[in-house]
Amino acid sequence: MAKIIGAIGSSHIPAVGMAIAKQLQQEPYWKSFFDGHQPLWNWLNTNKPDVAIVFYNDHGLEFFLDKKPTFSIGAAEQYISYDEGWGLATIAPIQGDPDLSWHICNSLVEDEFDISICQELGVDHGLTVPMQLMFPGDPNYAGIKVIPVVINCELHPMPSLKRCYNLGQAIARAVESYDKDLKVVVLGTGGLSHQLDGQAAGRINKKFDLMLLDYLVKDPEYLFKYSIRDMIEAAGAQAVEFNMWMGMRGALPGKVEQLHLNYSVPISNTGAGTMLLSNT
Amino acid sequence: MSYLDNKTAIPGTILFDGQQSRKGYGLNKMCFSFNQESARTAFIDNERRYCEKFNLSEGQIIAIEERDILSLLEQGGSIYYLAKFAGLLGKNMQDIGALQTGLTLAEFKQKLLKAGE
Repeated sequence: MAKIIGAIGSSHIPAVGMAIAKQLQQEPYWKSFFDGHQPLWNWLNTNKPDVAIVFYNDHGLEFFLDKKPTFSIGAAEQYISYDEGWGLATIAPIQGDPDLSWHICNSLVEDEFDISICQELGVDHGLTVPMQLMFPGDPNYAGIKVIPVVINCELHPMPSLKRCYNLGQAIARAVESYDKDLKVVVLGTGGLSHQLDGQAAGRINKKFDLMLLDYLVKDPEYLFKYSIRDMIEAAGAQAVEFNMWMGMRGALPGKVEQLHLNYSVPISNTGAGTMLLSNT
Repeated sequence: MSYLDNKTAIPGTILFDGQQSRKGYGLNKMCFSFNQESARTAFIDNERRYCEKFNLSEGQIIAIEERDILSLLEQGGSIYYLAKFAGLLGKNMQDIGALQTGLTLAEFKQKLLKAGE
């Protein structure tokens, strides 16, 4: 049977992709952020997951406002990264696992999560930067197969933290009912506090970020009390990306242990978290 | 009851909701096109003609011409699409942050550093 063996929280800041392209990882501004990934690399290298389920949000590459699904799942053979319009280098194609994707989609709809199913899905920095962070310099990404889970974080109304957590739980139920022996890691990418738009641009809330990360591990359901509006007021318009972390956490069954946490602020305009969780 | 039923303004923030998305549909559709290099070239070649192709209002065209991000947001622009317009102008999100807050780039970066303390 397929088994979820751990979870990773990661930033997906475009400036990180730019820094990788310019090989700035050891510059003073970037050093602690990139070095903060060493425990993740060790863990991935030791545990060698077969599949990564990646919660991310599209930033106007694949989805436009003509059709804006709240939740979408990739079911493609591979995922291609495209020009996003502002100079971020594309990365090598990422392999999918359509059999597992369809199993998850079938199970989710049965479970009353009526997702959009994508047999083609162009992926942007929301997914590509985490892939570069997890597998630096490796165009094969250690052979891992990816299942993208895309959550709308662009057009209001956006789903609640609770709903995203519950989606994660439903995905975990789907994975654990899959009959192939696969090791699965779950990634939540994006956030934490940041605001790109308006006169409040540059809003960051370190205290709130650290509280979110703390409760995410020990009592994620406590965080259900924060509405999308609360998240924006506390930590900026794009802090809603924390929904990706809620999905990730929901997908982690059993007893959860935090193996690593790094928090860098500011990275570009953002509070950036790197987290590694295991479950037993 | 939606969280969007709370109409109290959040300081310095415009929620990109249905109303904004309707207002800014053409503007955002134009910026979405900037994912393609051919579209970026066509825009640079004749900005006004390219804007008119997407049925931008006169106010939106003027805000595009004036690189007025705050005005574009008020007129229905989504920051995710405006980021592509900014990129076309050779600006990143820190440049845009400085523009919107009336700070120099150095001051905006300082503000971020201070927020992280």
